[in-house]
Amino acid sequence: MIRTTLATALLLSTTAHAGEIWVTNEKDDTVSVISTDTLEVIATYETGERPRGIIFSKDFSKVYICASDSNTVQVMDPTTGKILHDLPSGEDPEQFVLHPNDKHLYIANEDDAITTVVDVESRTVIAQISVGVEPEGMAVSPDGKIAITTSETTNMAHWIDTETQELFANTLVDSRPRHAEFAKEGTEMWVSSEIGGTLTVFDTGNQAEKAKITFEVQGVHPDKVQPVGFEFTTGDTHAFVALGPSNHVAVVNAETFEVEDYILVGRRVWHMDFNEDRSKLFTTNGVSGDVTVIDVASREAVKSIKVGRFPWGAAFRPTQ
Amino acid sequence: MYRFLAVIGVLCCAQPALSDVTLEATYLHVEVPLPPTLSNLDPIPHDIGLAGVRTGLADNETTGKFLGQTHILTEVMVSEGDDALAAARTALARSPYLILHAPADVQTAIADLPAAQDALIFNVSEGDISLRDADCRANLFHTLPSDAMRTDALAQFFVTKRWSDLVMIAGTHPQDLAYARAMRRSLEKFGLSLSAEKTWEFDADMRRNASQEVPLFTQDFGDYDAMILADELHDFGRYVLYNTWEARPVTGSEGLSALTWSPVIEQWGAAQLQSRFSEAHSRAMQSPDYAAWAAIRTLGEAVTRTGSAEATDVRAYMLSTDFTLAGFKGRPLTFRPWNGQLRQPIALAHPRALVAQAPLEGFLHHVNELDSLGLDQPESTCEAFQ
Repeated sequence: MIRTTLATALLLSTTAHAGEIWVTNEKDDTVSVISTDTLEVIATYETGERPRGIIFSKDFSKVYICASDSNTVQVMDPTTGKILHDLPSGEDPEQFVLHPNDKHLYIANEDDAITTVVDVESRTVIAQISVGVEPEGMAVSPDGKIAITTSETTNMAHWIDTETQELFANTLVDSRPRHAEFAKEGTEMWVSSEIGGTLTVFDTGNQAEKAKITFEVQGVHPDKVQPVGFEFTTGDTHAFVALGPSNHVAVVNAETFEVEDYILVGRRVWHMDFNEDRSKLFTTNGVSGDVTVIDVASREAVKSIKVGRFPWGAAFRPTQ
Repeated sequence: MYRFLAVIGVLCCAQPALSDVTLEATYLHVEVPLPPTLSNLDPIPHDIGLAGVRTGLADNETTGKFLGQTHILTEVMVSEGDDALAAARTALARSPYLILHAPADVQTAIADLPAAQDALIFNVSEGDISLRDADCRANLFHTLPSDAMRTDALAQFFVTKRWSDLVMIAGTHPQDLAYARAMRRSLEKFGLSLSAEKTWEFDADMRRNASQEVPLFTQDFGDYDAMILADELHDFGRYVLYNTWEARPVTGSEGLSALTWSPVIEQWGAAQLQSRFSEAHSRAMQSPDYAAWAAIRTLGEAVTRTGSAEATDVRAYMLSTDFTLAGFKGRPLTFRPWNGQLRQPIALAHPRALVAQAPLEGFLHHVNELDSLGLDQPESTCEAFQ
């Protein structure tokens, strides 16, 4: 692991916005709150069992947490760490996404081959959609018209019309899709395939495959290069892609679909999020139990921060 | 006489069909009498293997419904003394896909049937090395690891731990002898050897006097680093642990074991497969269940990707570099094109936790690290795939 305190100091001096990165610790039943300023854990809150997906409401007044083994989505007050109430979620919620309307959570129920749509205001389930085996990756288009669920064993991206809450397309991807994101104002939809070792880029308009991105990490067997979580930089020019047990994050040029860099991080890197101006990226490293801070401009790992056991999800919250 | 247990099919399709394909397969289980063991603590489930194939079928059906593909499974149980070959002929007349839980000699006899020449048969029950070696068949694939893959996994662990002074106690059943042979071969492959070997030939009931007998029985081994048990029917091995003269780890068939699958595997998304399985079958998933699951999932994957249920297309796809199976073991699983063995990591586990997973770090291979486990191409005398 790379620990460069000098670089950290440099980085701090240029930080304009304060904020926090919230990290779910899958095997500690906690969330760790990291200050994007000091790069230290400033709070740890208890959650339900096996917390994984984490997302903030649009005004950041609430944080939603998938407590997978408690079979619920918990709603927490991020200023106090208190659980406000639970939401119905279907069994084993893993990942979810909040619709731009700030009301509808689309939740992947991993054990049930179902995507559950929950209204966070009325706290009721408004739809359940049958999808493939082990749904995991969730995304929603910026205009809110399309939601995506990827299914790990069926190896598909399922396209949901959010008006009718019905599937309108199912597209095959490589083995074990894990994460999905819309890019470039919703014109592209990207899916990572962990076992296939690829990212597939779809044209949202016709759901046709537009590009496939492969990875090659020097000194790491291709079988261990397993793309999982990914996020886009400002303007969607680049994607930072977690490559699981290869312990690297890839930097992909989103125009040419070529990999430009590989950054060594902690062990079994899984998900990630940026700070407010997207100058720093925080990756969760499941096996090493820490979070790596990457300086986006220099593409270097500048610090690792110890969190709980098996950190999984990450979400940013501004504090001023 | 054999009996049909069920015919399961899915005929629905809510989504636009990409291809209108039906894959029909048979699960054929030939029942074999097992000798009695000292303890009845761990009975073999009556649906061993079958439960795995059912779980895999459900996975295939879910995928199939989005593609307009139908999966049909016929389950056939051949009772002791009944004609397995006749059952196989009937099954092969219906479908070229046969998932087989049967002794090795029955497997080769079925594979040699004229009706089986264009079939794809999956061995889900036998670790017999010869089936991957001189007795291999071009139509016989193996989703269960060979004994050699499992003993190589343990040997890698011994090397990593620097446990070089090893002793072995082997039972007298053919399965024990086969395991002991595989172990000797693995130790030689990784530059290790046995300093002593003994045969377990007691006919006393060890539940009552293991604490008296085992220390004496193991005393003349002297000092050593680890003990290996070849007790594949789980007869005496459980009484050896903690009763050895020297306080040393016990490995092999008991203690630290090299396994295809175990309830303690929860990484790599395995927790999902485990819970799906145990919810459906009210028990934990075992190795033959996993092998049967992998077999039917291989067929499902081939049909999904090729859009064809023709055996020649499925076989070509399975042996191509395009094929990968996501098998919840942390790496893509593929078939060895020289003997039809499914490459896969091997769990090194005790009953309460996963200790390590082979191939262990540092055991390299110029094609695929998984080929450091089991018969590698230059070692295998299998010619049927050429």
